[in-house]
Amino acid sequence: MTGMTMVHADRVSKSFGTNTVLRSISLSVDAGEVLCIVGPSGSGKSTFLRCINHLERVDAGRLSVEGQLVGYREKGGRLYELKPKEAAFQRREIGMVFQRFNLFPHLTAVENIIQAPMRVKRMSKAKATARAVELMERVGLGDKGDYYPAHLSGGQQQRVAIARALAMDPKLMLFDEPTSALDPELVGEVLDVMKGLAKSGMTMIVVTHEMGFAREVADSLVFMDGGVVVESGDPRQVLTDPQHERTKAFLSKVL
Amino acid sequence: MTDPEQARSATPPDSGEEGEAIKAVPLRHPWRALIAVVLVLALAVFILDAAQREDYGWADVGKYIFDKRISQAALVTLQLTVYSMLIAIVLGLLLAIMRLSPNPVVKSVAWLYLWIFRGTPVYVQLVFWGIVALIYPVLTLGVPFMTPWVTLPNDVFHNLFITAVIGLALNEAAYMSEIVRAGLLSVDEGQEEASKALAMSWGQTMRYIVVPQAMKIIIPPTGNEVISMLKTTSLVAAIPLSIDLYGVSRGISAVTFTPVPLLIVASIWYLLFTSVLMVGQHFIEKRFSRGTGRRKEDKPTTGGDPAAFTGSHAGNGPTTAALTNAPAGNEAGGKG
Repeated sequence: MTGMTMVHADRVSKSFGTNTVLRSISLSVDAGEVLCIVGPSGSGKSTFLRCINHLERVDAGRLSVEGQLVGYREKGGRLYELKPKEAAFQRREIGMVFQRFNLFPHLTAVENIIQAPMRVKRMSKAKATARAVELMERVGLGDKGDYYPAHLSGGQQQRVAIARALAMDPKLMLFDEPTSALDPELVGEVLDVMKGLAKSGMTMIVVTHEMGFAREVADSLVFMDGGVVVESGDPRQVLTDPQHERTKAFLSKVL
Repeated sequence: MTDPEQARSATPPDSGEEGEAIKAVPLRHPWRALIAVVLVLALAVFILDAAQREDYGWADVGKYIFDKRISQAALVTLQLTVYSMLIAIVLGLLLAIMRLSPNPVVKSVAWLYLWIFRGTPVYVQLVFWGIVALIYPVLTLGVPFMTPWVTLPNDVFHNLFITAVIGLALNEAAYMSEIVRAGLLSVDEGQEEASKALAMSWGQTMRYIVVPQAMKIIIPPTGNEVISMLKTTSLVAAIPLSIDLYGVSRGISAVTFTPVPLLIVASIWYLLFTSVLMVGQHFIEKRFSRGTGRRKEDKPTTGGDPAAFTGSHAGNGPTTAALTNAPAGNEAGGKG
């Protein structure tokens, strides 16, 4: 698996109206790699993440996952926007974890997990549930399957959200500031699950403020500011010896 | 106001023994007692008086309350309510989705509908539907201003019951669309996003994720609308349809010259139905507030913010539901 390019961004740009949030982002993530994206808020890192599974539309450049263009189809030198159904099909292999968990509050933890396998993959309820129970074990919540999100702590909710994303057997996992909405003492349990996932060989792109996690787990690190990639490379290298002024200024504030 | 440092030192941590129990004289509320007595007396006087008053004709009330004509008319009222509400809910959902459509024309058409049907009295609308067959004697299908392909006599509106259902439903749909729209908008955007990220289609997202959550907001006002509709059916006299509960009561009293007892008879039936509906609404609300109430089996051991658990009797109003819906509410729950 390793060596194969999972995500490839080639001069990707994106703007909301007149506000340009991504300017010519180029980067590449190999299968099995963990990439951490750090940077101040408003730097465009979350938007970039959301472009990867086409929650946002890319305006310029080319963004592809496993060699397949995201959100568009190229035919005869022209790009055609994908139909919602086709875009949904692309998302099947990309899991996403949100800052605010976004669990479905009217469903129990297990019911949250089985929705997509049942609705999208047409898996039987029994099979999906068995898998959900297994995933709940994996994120350390084996006994909480029947709990509604409101009765779980933030850290537990986020772990359920990870299990929910994993239920679709994704090849790529996107994490959008997964620990930013958590109480400090709950951050660790979520990071532990993510570390385990990284160790199992999952390709992960993590937008985060957890520099310790980036240093320990990431294979590469990207520092973004003002919609551009300012600096990228080995996380230990970038974090201890940043080359760019802006990176230095940012790191001096967060470290 | 107080220095937090000071406040902390004021309560020594775990001193071991508890403070002396407070045995204070409770605050008296003389006015409460007085007002209660006055109200009870006034009510008693009214009841005693009413029981003896000739005009109420209690004997006639007893005679007509289970009259076959009355109970059949009550059934008609119930049918009018159920049919028109069902159509109104479906049409309301459609209008609500149209209002939220990205297509400006579709959006405007839904708005126009709302403007007309909510902006004119239902009584006036019912009169209109009563005479619509005179304005449009035939229904045609074809290219406008050319010889039509199909021509049908406008028979639908000759059936006054169907006319009443149509009139009531079209009016109610305007209100229902606003209720449904508020419900759909109350669901956090993150829900749709999460569902989308899981590769679910728009239809699946609506059906399994958004609508079930919107129901919590939609049901309480819809219950009110059903109750309101039950009473609005008495306006079908405008069509004129007179086989409903109020129409028949009036019909009987016109013959017997006993209007008051029959008004009471009709009111009792209306009250009976609204009471049953209120009980039903309570149970439906409970069903759709899942995930906001207490856990199924064991109760939460650590008490989080009590506000997070008000959902157990949620559905009292959108405020409670909105509270528990907020992302912050998720975290406020007990630590399990």
